[in-house]
Amino acid sequence: MDQLSALEDQSIYIFREAFNRLDKLAMLWSIGKDSNVMLWLAKKAFFGHVPFPVLHVDTHYKIPEMIEFRDRMAKEWKLDLIVGENRAALDAGMGPERGRITCCTALKTDGLKTLIGDNGFTAVFAGIRRDEDGTRAKERVFSPRTQNAEWDFRDQPPEFWDQFKTTFPPGTSLRVHPILHWTELDVWRYIKRENIPLVDLYFTKNGRRYRSLGCAPCTAPIESQASTVDEIIAELERSNTSERAGRAQDKVSEDAFEKLRAGGYM
Amino acid sequence: MNAISPQSLATQRRLPIVIVGHVDHGKSTLVGRLLNDTGSLPEGKVEAMREMSRRRGMPFEWSFVMDALQAERDQGITIDTTQVRFQTATRPYVIIDAPGHKEFLKNMVTGAASADAALLVIDVTEGALEQSRRHAYLLHLLGVRQVAVVINKMDMCDFAETRYHEVAKGILGYLEEIGVTPSAVVPISARHGNNIVLRCKHMGWYTGPTVAEALDAFKPPKSLTDHPLRFPVQDVYKFDERRIIAGRIESGGLAVGDTLIFSPGGRTAKILTIESWNETGKRTSAVAGQSVGITLDQQIFIERGHIAARAEARPVETHTIRVNLFWLGHEPLVVGRSYILKLGTAEHDVTVQAVERVIDVEDLSGHGGDRVERNGVGEVVLHSRSTLVVDDFADLSRTGRAVLVDGYDVVGGCIIQQPKTDDLPAHHHLIATEHTLTAEERSISNGHLGGILWLTGLSGSGKSTLAMGLERELFRKGVQICALDGDAVRQGLNADLGFSPEDRAENIRRVAQVARLFAESGMIVVTAFISPTRADRAIARDVGGAFFHEIHVAADLETCEGRDAKGLYKKARAGLIPQFTGVSAPYEAPTSPELVLDTAKFSAEACLADLARYAELALIRPVRRGAKVKVA
Repeated sequence: MDQLSALEDQSIYIFREAFNRLDKLAMLWSIGKDSNVMLWLAKKAFFGHVPFPVLHVDTHYKIPEMIEFRDRMAKEWKLDLIVGENRAALDAGMGPERGRITCCTALKTDGLKTLIGDNGFTAVFAGIRRDEDGTRAKERVFSPRTQNAEWDFRDQPPEFWDQFKTTFPPGTSLRVHPILHWTELDVWRYIKRENIPLVDLYFTKNGRRYRSLGCAPCTAPIESQASTVDEIIAELERSNTSERAGRAQDKVSEDAFEKLRAGGYM
Repeated sequence: MNAISPQSLATQRRLPIVIVGHVDHGKSTLVGRLLNDTGSLPEGKVEAMREMSRRRGMPFEWSFVMDALQAERDQGITIDTTQVRFQTATRPYVIIDAPGHKEFLKNMVTGAASADAALLVIDVTEGALEQSRRHAYLLHLLGVRQVAVVINKMDMCDFAETRYHEVAKGILGYLEEIGVTPSAVVPISARHGNNIVLRCKHMGWYTGPTVAEALDAFKPPKSLTDHPLRFPVQDVYKFDERRIIAGRIESGGLAVGDTLIFSPGGRTAKILTIESWNETGKRTSAVAGQSVGITLDQQIFIERGHIAARAEARPVETHTIRVNLFWLGHEPLVVGRSYILKLGTAEHDVTVQAVERVIDVEDLSGHGGDRVERNGVGEVVLHSRSTLVVDDFADLSRTGRAVLVDGYDVVGGCIIQQPKTDDLPAHHHLIATEHTLTAEERSISNGHLGGILWLTGLSGSGKSTLAMGLERELFRKGVQICALDGDAVRQGLNADLGFSPEDRAENIRRVAQVARLFAESGMIVVTAFISPTRADRAIARDVGGAFFHEIHVAADLETCEGRDAKGLYKKARAGLIPQFTGVSAPYEAPTSPELVLDTAKFSAEACLADLARYAELALIRPVRRGAKVKVA
């Protein structure tokens, strides 16, 4: 069995375990390539169906093409899309000029907590990968969060032989990570193999393209001539820089991303 | 070494390896160095970390590469398993850095269990210490058979060959005793990059492989496709007109038209289709490792936890297994205690029948006892009331291993040794006339399983009220249900019985037999009997088998006596009723009921709602869709 098929089979297994063992499930959809792959894998796991709602936290700073893509795909794939936002923070004028970390925490992390809390979800799928960052490398596939949605990376449950922890004290919520074991290149090769739709921002325009998608003020495109999936794969095979290099919030301090995540960021 | 193109290298399966060993013996340093020396680090990473170290005024360490978390850098130890990727000229790897600190054994197990091969790192100045041995033993228990030993910090002993042989001899002797033959014993200095990728000029006496060469010599795991078929059912889907049995093939293969036999129970059906989405052409066969969905030619009742196999090579069905176990729980494993056994996709309540041997990993001696302490290993016998479907770990590792859960937590893992089919008790040999109408057909028609909801509790606790309420509630939903009430049964079926302990026991036995007949005919039976002793209820459970659900209606005596709707407590206190439960005879509360309803604390309506929800989850939903467990 080739590597992509092995990855796909493992992700499907994780989806099906979560769907069987957990109630009140939903999936986080950032509109980025990873969450599109995750959505695609869900359709594989459930034979064309996405049997849970799909959540998007709208910070109102997203690049407009992303929102257009979201609404088009939600309709085409008949998704049960739930869009959330941190209205109070937006009304109070929250934005990156108040500090990137402050803004990220308010509009993304708190927006997500509200969205999950308001709808009573106990578990959400998130499309993070171990190779993205040192802190994500430490993640479990089934990763519990405390009542305040915080992540205790010092004391995580053992996870082996594909036996995931599925019972928790009341008040615990759960992140489930179906593509934790994939790499950036795996994702692109799978997009190519399966022909998965993507927002155009990943492909070059005037010599620049986005490698990772976030909010407009904090996401910088990289210099690239890659205009097709094949060219992106070729570019990544040559590249030695990290994927989140264009994400400004990670660079505020050395441990900025770790702190964001311990507080409940994806 | 034949270099191959980056393109084919990247699409190759990454070999998962784990690096284990005692704390401070240099595992993280080795990993940092391996990443650097194989050219696998992103540009600028090492420079950034050197710069960061300079700013903090501490010397740069190669372990910083792995210890990406702030907390780790501050404390100087690895906290959790990190997975990183690198590649040599011949193969890509995913490397799992396992922490050596004793308290973090669960993380080491998490990492090592998914590895195909291991590097055991030993500090040449210290030799193999307690954790080195414990890790080696666990590797063996987890089924990691390919091991290379790395003797680190050779620069600290001036690259002395004699010291290398001394340390190598010690660990080789230990490994031999547990049946592990290492593929190499490599002397290195991780800090200086000696014998990692490049050969060390100070150790000309060493002619064996470097670490990179030792890694490349590990073999990829053998495909399990040539083994007997094991297809554990993960879920049953009815999203549309198809009834799809979903799961992952753990070993063997299957094809359209094959006849499958499902354990436990032995129901058979043929594979009609192999379902998929967005694939060109229909799948006609599938092999080990694939997550698939199949449809069958017959609507037999199948649920999560069943295992499909071929008639000629079926797994063992048993109630008792002997296992090799490692224990991670804060509380020790104790004889007589019950845990949840997660075996593939199945879950069972198991009780520890015996601890046959507790193993001292230091010298591999064994001793008896009634417990296995945290971080300990031992040989243990587990008993389950429900049928376990298992294989010998030595033959089929995927269906020969399980984890144990206590409360909310995973507390151990075990591998199964030579399981045997149960000897049946004598009355099982009475051959009852076989029904042609099966329980599965009944449940598909009824939309629910047959079952016995056995309510137990003090007089006045609300058993009859709940039983009658549930009967009404579920009847409304089209459920075949019947309540059996103590007073009514005593006036009819059991009119010949009095209240002596023997008669009470017989009363319970008969009620359980009647309830079982109803349950077998597809009905849900809810019984309302005080059934005060554990022994009597154990008889009822034995008769009821898998149908039986014990529900404790747990109002305290004061509340029940305060209610006294029938005036019985008053009479009992006046000495008019002998052996009255709670007054002049004991009530033994259940130790592990399936459900507790406290009618003193919560309203009758709330308790009824809980009972109805339980019936829904346990008896109705499994037929409509795969069983779900709530995140409580």
